[in-house]
Amino acid sequence: MPERDDTDLLFKALADPSRRKLLDLLYAHDGRTLGQLCEHLAMTRQGVTQHLGLLEAAHLVVAVRRGREKLHFLNPVPLQEIYERWIAKFEAPRLKALENLKQNLEKDHG
Amino acid sequence: MARSQFIYVAYIRTTPEKLWSALTDAEFMKQYWFGNHCESAWTAGSPWKLVAGDGQVLDDGEILEADPPHRLVIQWTQRSRPELTAEGPSRCVMELEPTGGAVKLSITHTVERDPSQLVTAVSGGWPKIVSNLKSLLETGAVALAEAYPVGNAA
Repeated sequence: MPERDDTDLLFKALADPSRRKLLDLLYAHDGRTLGQLCEHLAMTRQGVTQHLGLLEAAHLVVAVRRGREKLHFLNPVPLQEIYERWIAKFEAPRLKALENLKQNLEKDHG
Repeated sequence: MARSQFIYVAYIRTTPEKLWSALTDAEFMKQYWFGNHCESAWTAGSPWKLVAGDGQVLDDGEILEADPPHRLVIQWTQRSRPELTAEGPSRCVMELEPTGGAVKLSITHTVERDPSQLVTAVSGGWPKIVSNLKSLLETGAVALAEAYPVGNAA
């Protein structure tokens, strides 16, 4: 599968501690307003808005308008894609080898 | 009222018609939903159920709204774990919006209680299913053949 622009946006979005903190905050409690998120970060409202904009561009955060409020939700689907593309593929054979080793050693022992 | 909710979004390079058929065709569904499939007539008022490969009914409910290929609303009750069944029906809304060369698929799952174990349980499943569906439609192959790959099992 060719690398795409949205993969770049995704890694860029993750490459900042404040943005990762925003993801953790939304993981702990989804559907928060900008004001609620600002309470947990030592930065200006404009700063948080900018970070949220980059997270939205990477589709890691989805904003939904409800009445007068704009609620932010964590969207882990792109993270699942990173897991499949960059972790599962490399990890599976090694974990399988380790599991086989464990089974063989335990078999000998018994 | 207390409520638990999540919203998952994926942009999939396909057409709304193909995505709708992927969401409602039992045979196609088995490929990205880890062998599970839904059974329904997919019209408002018709019964709906999610069936595992071995025939066990995992969830059931009713189609509340069906407007192909734009919007599907399912009343969804968990049936395989008593503590989740006890939480009562949840509501799953699937929305398909064309955007450029892709379709924005939004899945909103809501339970009218907080905290909800059901929302925690489905939160783990949906990203894998949506991500698999996206890979299948875009490349013709799923990314993840098993829900819990080697080494991930508890």
